[in-house]
Amino acid sequence: MLKYIKHNMETIDGVEIFPIISFLIFFTLFVGVLVYVIRKDKKSIEEVSLLPLDNTNNHSHEERK
Amino acid sequence: MQAETFKYDNRTVRDFTVATIFWGVIGLLVGVLVASQLVFPDWNVASWLTFGRLRALHTNGAIFAFVGNAIFAGVYYSLQRLLKTRMASDLLSRIHFWGWQLIIVSAVITLPLGLTSSKEYAELEWPIDIAIALVWVIFGVNMFWTILKRRERHLYVAIWFYIATFVTVAVLHIVNNLELPVGAFKSYSIFAGVQDALVQWWYGHNAVAFFLTTPVLGLMYYFVPKAANRPVYSYRLSIVHFWALIFIYIWAGPHHLLYTSLPAWAQSLGTVFSIMLIFPSWGGMINGLLTLRGAWDKVRDSAVLKFFVVAITAYGMSTLEGPLLSLKNLNAIAHYTDWIPAHVHIGTLGWNGFMIFGMIYWMMPKLYRTSLFSEKLANAHFWIGTLGILLWALPMYVSGFTQSLMWKEFNPDGTLVYGNFLETVTQLMPLYALRAIGGTLYVTGMLIMVVNIVRTVRSGSFQAEEEDSALPLEATEAGHKGEHWHRWIERKPVQLMVWATVAILIGGIIEIVPTIMVKSNIPTIESVKPYTALELEGRDLYIREGCNACHSQMVRPFRSEVARYGEYSKAGEFVYDHPFLWGSKRTGPDLHRVGGKYPHSWHYNHMIEPTSMSPGSIMPTYEWLATSALDTTSTKAKLRAMASLGVPYTQGYIDSAHFYMQQQANAIASELMEQMEDVEVSPNEEMVALIAYLQRLGTDIKAQPENNETALK
Repeated sequence: MLKYIKHNMETIDGVEIFPIISFLIFFTLFVGVLVYVIRKDKKSIEEVSLLPLDNTNNHSHEERK
Repeated sequence: MQAETFKYDNRTVRDFTVATIFWGVIGLLVGVLVASQLVFPDWNVASWLTFGRLRALHTNGAIFAFVGNAIFAGVYYSLQRLLKTRMASDLLSRIHFWGWQLIIVSAVITLPLGLTSSKEYAELEWPIDIAIALVWVIFGVNMFWTILKRRERHLYVAIWFYIATFVTVAVLHIVNNLELPVGAFKSYSIFAGVQDALVQWWYGHNAVAFFLTTPVLGLMYYFVPKAANRPVYSYRLSIVHFWALIFIYIWAGPHHLLYTSLPAWAQSLGTVFSIMLIFPSWGGMINGLLTLRGAWDKVRDSAVLKFFVVAITAYGMSTLEGPLLSLKNLNAIAHYTDWIPAHVHIGTLGWNGFMIFGMIYWMMPKLYRTSLFSEKLANAHFWIGTLGILLWALPMYVSGFTQSLMWKEFNPDGTLVYGNFLETVTQLMPLYALRAIGGTLYVTGMLIMVVNIVRTVRSGSFQAEEEDSALPLEATEAGHKGEHWHRWIERKPVQLMVWATVAILIGGIIEIVPTIMVKSNIPTIESVKPYTALELEGRDLYIREGCNACHSQMVRPFRSEVARYGEYSKAGEFVYDHPFLWGSKRTGPDLHRVGGKYPHSWHYNHMIEPTSMSPGSIMPTYEWLATSALDTTSTKAKLRAMASLGVPYTQGYIDSAHFYMQQQANAIASELMEQMEDVEVSPNEEMVALIAYLQRLGTDIKAQPENNETALK
């Protein structure tokens, strides 16, 4: 009876590759983002992280309440 | 280069904030009502006020009205300021605001009327689905247009989260609501059974991810630094948080379907990616909490920061709990029990609610150029709300374990200790009462907020147009060489959107496509036949009354469930179920094998007065099913729609549908009158159709191949 829930996908060719592909795609993306983040220079990171705070934004010409 | 002066649009922000508070109070009051109905079944006073119908109103209200409006308020506030520009189009902002409110109003009208597609958090019927898609696109256009005319070169991480939210919700909403209309407010999902379940929970899970999580994380990355007056702990971490989160989230949907008839590999994939989700989620939580490094003394004085701290902590707790619940061994205990609502409410009440309250308390005084009327009242709100969350969730954790243990307990002789499901329900009444009290406390806190905000608003004056100035983008770009400046800038947000879309589509495609293919690969069960016309109408009544809010139709392959309900459910049994009705919660027993279990009269009496058959039952009464006539005007249209979706109804059957329907109804009605001598039953009443459906449920596989002529001629 277990065949009804166990073997639905076996007739799709190579279905067992799906989880492996998914993991590889994710792993590559994750490493890519890590490398990108580590290589990004400190100054620009700091500049962007200060964006929500008005007082540090050199575009802003007046203090807002 | 001269700095440009421009004005922020605060009106839209204010309107969305007011709508957040208004719908929040209403949506959560409905929550208190449905929680109370489980304690006092008498409170199901009319058909449109029954638990089954109102539960959808509560969930939709909390998600799309309360959190939805809050997201828009926060986005409109932060986007303008982060990009140093006004929203691109006041007209689009207006249409967005009023369109969204109209959608909410239409939900408030249609859901209590029983106009529902039955798919959780996507219950609204097709005309409203289209309206949602249109308004959502208007929001997206307005946002992207604003991004393109910005004066700030960099896109702060909060905006990334907004973009990912826009793209993903659009994809999810459209795919999950692919349905074939059969009337003004009636449609059938184009997917059936296992496929429909997978698409639904791919949607359901990611509605949590991309409606309740990513936009609110965007708000966190803006408002927490604002309120603490310091930048986010690690901007690098936020980049990793963003990409890892949006990429992994989309894969985790199948964890809602563990031990069901879903293919095993998809279940495993859901589990693995759910566990991986802990890391980006906790990265985000740590990033939020550590933003307060060196500012913890401020938390003591500031209600806003208190709300944020508890919200982020609740985010961390539910994003650890969620992955743990995705482990099959834990899921076997928790699924279908009250543990799941407890988990969900830590997220909505704690994470969403408290982020929103903090944001409102911070933002409204700024919009009204004043300070908060009473910090003390805000603190009172905080403590009452926190107590409310605890009183809500803790009893439900106890309740979840109690249910699960009672469902699975065996006597030494191999029979179930609590063979009558009802015993496992009456046991929970004190806990349900506590939960209702917890919800009431939480709403009380919100009412305190209403007072506080009204007084704040009265003491200030609204600044609809807030002036600011910034250098235009050309100036900051003047030194760059190469590509023409505007092409380079314009490309970046567009690129971001494209990559975010790619990220979420990969997961979606790998998860969904094989299951679309499953149709031809599901082991067919010879004896499974389409529903008869009468049963199909009965099924639509089951959907209208929201029976699936409390009853599952999925017997999992456990000894305890097979002993209680019968043979476990097979994928092949649902091939004609447009939409699937597996349910997600067992407040009442599973119904997949209810067919043939009781005589017709049992169902009849049980619907009229559940306690007459099951003393102590908390099910609402459904006496109107015996007095209203079944509407058969669209029966043929329904059959035709099903046929075009691949259900093998012959043209001959459709043409004679009314004849067959009458035949089956007459048989059931006369049997009913034989069983209950003092009751007059008309074959045309809705009750008969519903009984026809219930008696058919799960019976097909019992039929022997040689005598399965029962279903269709």
